[in-house]
Amino acid sequence: MATGFDSPGRLPAVFTTPGSSSFTEFLTAAAPELLPGRRVLPAGDLSDVAPHATTIVAIAADGGVVMAGDRRATMGNMIASRDIEKVYPADAYSLIGIAGTAGVGLEMIKLFQVELEHYEKIEGTSLTLDGKANRLATMIRNNLGAAMQGLAVIPLFAGFDLDAADLGRAGRIFSFDIAGGIYAEKEFHAIGSGSLFAKAALKKRYTPGLSLEDAAVLAVESLYDAADDDTATGGPDIARGIFPIVMTATAEGTTRLADAETARIAGSIIAERSHHA
Amino acid sequence: MAMQFYASPEQIMRDRSEYARKGISRGRSVVVLTYEGGVLFVAENPSTALHKVSEIYDRIGFAAVGRYNEFENLRAAGVRMADLRGYSYDRRDVNARALANGYAQTLGAIFTEQSKPYEVEICVAQVGATPEGDELYRLTYDGSVGDEPGFIAMGGSAEAISTKLRQGHKHTATLAEALKLATEALGSVGGDGGKPRSLTASQLEVAVLDRRRPGRTFRRIRGAALAQLVAGQSGSAPEAEKEADKPATPADTPMTAGPATSIEPPLSEVDTQPPAAPKKRAPKPPAE
Repeated sequence: MATGFDSPGRLPAVFTTPGSSSFTEFLTAAAPELLPGRRVLPAGDLSDVAPHATTIVAIAADGGVVMAGDRRATMGNMIASRDIEKVYPADAYSLIGIAGTAGVGLEMIKLFQVELEHYEKIEGTSLTLDGKANRLATMIRNNLGAAMQGLAVIPLFAGFDLDAADLGRAGRIFSFDIAGGIYAEKEFHAIGSGSLFAKAALKKRYTPGLSLEDAAVLAVESLYDAADDDTATGGPDIARGIFPIVMTATAEGTTRLADAETARIAGSIIAERSHHA
Repeated sequence: MAMQFYASPEQIMRDRSEYARKGISRGRSVVVLTYEGGVLFVAENPSTALHKVSEIYDRIGFAAVGRYNEFENLRAAGVRMADLRGYSYDRRDVNARALANGYAQTLGAIFTEQSKPYEVEICVAQVGATPEGDELYRLTYDGSVGDEPGFIAMGGSAEAISTKLRQGHKHTATLAEALKLATEALGSVGGDGGKPRSLTASQLEVAVLDRRRPGRTFRRIRGAALAQLVAGQSGSAPEAEKEADKPATPADTPMTAGPATSIEPPLSEVDTQPPAAPKKRAPKPPAE
């Protein structure tokens, strides 16, 4: 176990060694057991031992980017959670969502949040949006062993690029593959089990330069379509008042749409689609 | 054969103390004090890149005087310690007392074990829900630690500055009042023939731990906001104070076991720093 953070003695040398601004690199030296992807796993396929998080969509809009995720986690044919949250702010100007093994994914988000904050505090400045995406790719790469055994995690990363010359292109989206490959997506992207259906919906409705408000509606609608055809994606749950999480990243920072607002958007989509009422 | 002269332990420690004190007194001073809206850090520091005041964690700030390379090393160690603790336990489990302990042990070990002590004096401050709940720890080169309620002055002529602060400090002061007191105290020493100096915004490094902000409370006040605060102390309420009126309280901080669910953008960046640049380019209304 790492010493220093709960013992009253002198800080170990690893704390005072100058150089790295990366929290992950520091953890590797100070407490490697806290890193995801460093654990020894039992042999065999582990894909059914833990809940899976499902569909996330991201849409580039005028002046920012919108990311939305449904609220379901599944274990085989069971619903493991109806109200899991899978979209989070990564830092003040970027968003991250995960699909795949929920536990590993949430741990990765937490580590990524600390990684960005740590860099900011040590260096006195933030990483560029591309720098952040590259850090995330490294984390995915380190999880490859676990991914091969069924504990795969795929993130979707999007943010407001403070270095962008043109406000219309400041909202950017990055997708990743299991091996740590990183891909800049132009207009929109979806990941997870329902991504096929969500993307099919998005490609028909997306128009370049749409407003953030329209993008939020489009995101919820694409998740509705994904839930329609994919059992692992949850639709709006009117009875329990559980609705997708929609977040935006703009020049003003990241914001989560209020539940009342997502409820209103979901309500209007349901009304539009109800032909037998 | 070289002759080994005997030096008593008292003499060795005295020499080291004197050496460290000399180094510290050469530098310009830093003042940390509590006010109604949080904890204020004011350093006399013409550099905008090399900071004497920095963020450690959500409610914890760091200020130092002395040798830059030495306190920068301690600052980075503090950030690592706080982030590691927050990552492995919870964000609310990170506190200034544990950090001050770590620093005290480290400085104490360096003082007794190494031939050259650190020529630094540092302050670890934690903002509480009320001014009475603020914690200010002063750590000196030999590892002594003191909990000093209200205010701390460090560096050359710290005694004279402390006296000035003691006369004027009150918990109910506004940000402008606290800053005025701090700049007057800093300016009360080092003038020609003992006359007080008047410090301008460009000579100051100012930051606060904002009591009312949820999450990360540290923000720098610089550029136009600082100039306005330093100069127009009687005029209209400056930007920085308007922000302090936000009704958010620490109790609003979401309590979750998982990742952080909301991260506030750095509101302090109202000057020419990079994060503000697109804001100026983009006077767009935000999504509703």
